[in-house]
Amino acid sequence: MQRRQSSKTPKQPLQGHHKNQTDLSAWRKGGRIDPEKSVQNHPTPNSQKNDRQQDSLEQALCYFEKVQDRVSLKKNSVLQKHLATVESIALQRGLPPEGFDVLLNVALSGKFADTVNTCLLKSLVPASVIPESSIISSVSWLCVGKCSSNIQLLFLKWLITVFDFIDHKEQIHALYGFFFSFLQDEKMCPYVCHLLYLLTRKENVRPFRIRRLLDLQAKMGMQSHLQALLSLYKLFCPELVTITLPGKMKTYFKNSEGPWKAAINAIRQRSQGNSPLSQPLFLGTAQPQSRKRKWNTQLFIPASSTNRNNLEQDRGKNHVDLYSTNKSFPVEQLQTFPQLLENIHHLEFPSQMGSVLTNPLLLHYMNCIKDESVYLRLNYWMGQTLQEECTWCVADNQYEDEFKEFLETVYKTECFLQEGFSSCEEFLYKSLPLWDGFCCRSQILRLVSWIPLGSFSEMKSHLYDPLAQLFFTSSLYFKCSVLESLKELLQNWLNWHVIHLDSASDSQVCSLNTTLSGLVNVVAELIQFVGWISTVALRLENNPTFLLYFILDFYETVCDMYLRYSLPLLIMPPAGVFYPALLSMDSVSLNQLCYIMYRYRTNLVAAKENEQSKKKILQFKFSSQTYQEYNQYIIAMVGCLWTSTAFQKDIHPQGLRMDEELLKKTAVQEFKTSFNIVYHPAMMGYAVLFLQQAWPDDTTFNFSLIKGKKWNWYLEYLYAQGLKGLKLFIESSINRVSQASHSKA
Amino acid sequence: ENTDPQRIAFLLRKQWTLYSVTPLYRFSNAHLKNYSRLLSAFIAAERQKGWAVEVGVELDIKVAVSSLPDLKGSDQDHAAILVELFSRSPASQKTSEEKLIWSGWFCCVCGDDFFENVPEDFTCLPLFLTNGAESYTAIVGSWFQKTFDCCFHRLAISPLNLSWMAAMWTGCKVDKTASAMELIFSVPGLLQPLDISYAIHPEDAKALWDTVQKTPGEITQEEVDIFMDCLYSHFHRHFKIRLSAAKLVKVSTAIASAHCDGIIKFLQSQYLIGVLKLLTELAISQIQ
Repeated sequence: MQRRQSSKTPKQPLQGHHKNQTDLSAWRKGGRIDPEKSVQNHPTPNSQKNDRQQDSLEQALCYFEKVQDRVSLKKNSVLQKHLATVESIALQRGLPPEGFDVLLNVALSGKFADTVNTCLLKSLVPASVIPESSIISSVSWLCVGKCSSNIQLLFLKWLITVFDFIDHKEQIHALYGFFFSFLQDEKMCPYVCHLLYLLTRKENVRPFRIRRLLDLQAKMGMQSHLQALLSLYKLFCPELVTITLPGKMKTYFKNSEGPWKAAINAIRQRSQGNSPLSQPLFLGTAQPQSRKRKWNTQLFIPASSTNRNNLEQDRGKNHVDLYSTNKSFPVEQLQTFPQLLENIHHLEFPSQMGSVLTNPLLLHYMNCIKDESVYLRLNYWMGQTLQEECTWCVADNQYEDEFKEFLETVYKTECFLQEGFSSCEEFLYKSLPLWDGFCCRSQILRLVSWIPLGSFSEMKSHLYDPLAQLFFTSSLYFKCSVLESLKELLQNWLNWHVIHLDSASDSQVCSLNTTLSGLVNVVAELIQFVGWISTVALRLENNPTFLLYFILDFYETVCDMYLRYSLPLLIMPPAGVFYPALLSMDSVSLNQLCYIMYRYRTNLVAAKENEQSKKKILQFKFSSQTYQEYNQYIIAMVGCLWTSTAFQKDIHPQGLRMDEELLKKTAVQEFKTSFNIVYHPAMMGYAVLFLQQAWPDDTTFNFSLIKGKKWNWYLEYLYAQGLKGLKLFIESSINRVSQASHSKA
Repeated sequence: ENTDPQRIAFLLRKQWTLYSVTPLYRFSNAHLKNYSRLLSAFIAAERQKGWAVEVGVELDIKVAVSSLPDLKGSDQDHAAILVELFSRSPASQKTSEEKLIWSGWFCCVCGDDFFENVPEDFTCLPLFLTNGAESYTAIVGSWFQKTFDCCFHRLAISPLNLSWMAAMWTGCKVDKTASAMELIFSVPGLLQPLDISYAIHPEDAKALWDTVQKTPGEITQEEVDIFMDCLYSHFHRHFKIRLSAAKLVKVSTAIASAHCDGIIKFLQSQYLIGVLKLLTELAISQIQ
């Protein structure tokens, strides 16, 4: 019992196994019960299955700890029984940390025959963790050589499989040299390589070890396990050894999972706890390339690998830097977010910056590090790749799918970083004039939405002009896509502005177009551009609802810029957009317009209040023209939908005002009311349904019945149909307007 | 242009394939020896994939990375870097029987205007010229790409730039009796490729150019156009073929010869820097 006590300091087990642990210690504290006796004299005092199992496991462990001489399995029923106990409990629940020391000692000491040893080793399934001390003593047994080579092999396979369950590894790392010496055994070599692969740290890579491995390579030829270990050595010390792994290799280590992996997974699933994930391989092989192309024109994103150049540089300078080479964390090993957090102070960017595109962890890191050269490297690479691989700029390039995928990746990265790349912007400016509007359409238009704020002259000649040309000559769907991406462009600019408002105090970057007036001008120009192309497009396409939806969607952002994005700018939609929406055949568009006008109102009122309270000295004021335009529109809208006076009162130059004489010539009987909420072509459907519900027997569709109290009912009915925009508009604008429509806002 | 002709003689009369290179990140002249060792091991590892190679041992291909301090246009330019691959014959390991199998050099002549704003960590050597098997170019190029995070791309020369070269080089003085100036055109849209070679006596070409150029030492696009148009109309008078409709693919003069695929041959050491300056400009415009 001496040793058991010495290894008693139980490590905190992982969650989910507390019960077993406390049971076990309780049993120990409760006095020494002779296991043999307890089996015979106290047959299952506790009827609970778990406790019974616990007891029998304890008895089995006691037995194996005490056993002195070689015992044969066949004749010994006690041994058979304990063996069966260990096996079944191991498979069911896994073994507690205390069990490993006992069982490993007995299995590796050669006391039993190999069949027993094998059986014991196979049962070593951890329930939670494996104490490091048990591994240390096992290695000493291994060095003594008491057990057969088969058992040695099995032990190594086990150790590799359960490596991540070992609670501490410092002392095991100290045994690196011992493990390394096992390499000379030809049978063990592959497994020792694997184990060393798991253990190796930079300080383990020494010239004499490299030479030893190269000797083995010379003796045994190319072996995948040696290749794997050597490439790890290369990773740590590229100045000492190098290797290029063949691209096709998939597995570098033979399956050494043995019988344990399945059992561990089964137990993990049952307990639903998290056990450590096994360490993935991170050999620096590039992604498989589908085809052979010239070395410098391959469109592939390089794999993340350590900046070997860096290592060397530091060495050369004789840097004595705490965070330099020895501490630096190779990017190949960066696999999880916690790893990133742990190593963020000595992480280095990969040798080829392009590899960050496919590495979200490094993108996180990039977000934290403000280093000009990081972006510069990425932009050089991206600019060249975009230029050389662009399928419509380079004559004989037929790899459209790959280019598409690449653009997609770039776009996702921009979304992740919430920032456009300058190389991408330049690429768009260069390639848009040559673009057919078809190739990689959605990718290109998405990238447009991340163009950084620029000067107007630049935007006009590089973006608006080529885009307008394509816009007017392309399909309806293309037009909608362009509007969508311009809306996103606007939103990205506005978001950028909001973020920079917060950090305005530390404004080192204050170039021309990042000043507020610069921003206001550039945003205003974008909105005016969209207003212009929208007007033309509505005429060209004959006012389809689909197109109108995208246009109004854009204005949903525009009408809220003052309140949502703190930008002192509001621009009303042009008449070419407003009137088609107001007279639309579709209630969706009309409802959308109502909502937009409601938001314009809210924003304008807020601006006016701010202006009047004069709490702040306002740098910008909305021009009276904006208020005037709003008022003209609101008069037209109220005149149409509510007071049936649009034809008389609309004062917009492009509005609905018409002479009575002219209207009479149209031979429409009730022309005055023809655009109110009952007769409006977008609303008449609702009016019909309302009539059917209110007067089920009346089949004459007498719309004039909707008045007075019924008018209010009808309004409630419309609101209940989901016309929320209409509701907000009527509630905010109508009552006041009907009383004093000329003195608005 | 006071370079020692001896030291750059080996660059003459060889065909060089042109590449543009983005700035090298953390390249340092102090580590050229180390770069040789690493590159040599890398070449060995690339040639036998999966076989680990110790860095620093003697391998069958030796790499020499060195600096060519003479090859630059201004003090701001980084000195050119020469990379040479020698094969060692296995029979005579000890003797210095090394055969040059591939060479390449990075250079920058008067590129300082453009790279003024590039941070210190970057070395600007935008022009890369290689002579030797493409397979070695690929290995060396990949090593530089991986090590210094740069991009290589073939540098083609447009017909417009070729005509500039024709005009510029016509005006240069050459001591010895110079060889003929030759322009090669390819005729587009034919099933069989058809090339037209147009050779002009250098003195005639020079005489023509002297009548076109208004200010010595200065060349305008207009002058280049007039010069070429004169040559075209002369050709048309004799052969009734309009060369302006064909594509200029190659220009050969006593100074240098250049092919539109991005291949150049330097012939006069005293004009080497001048030609490199033009090529640096082209390379910069490609990576800009």
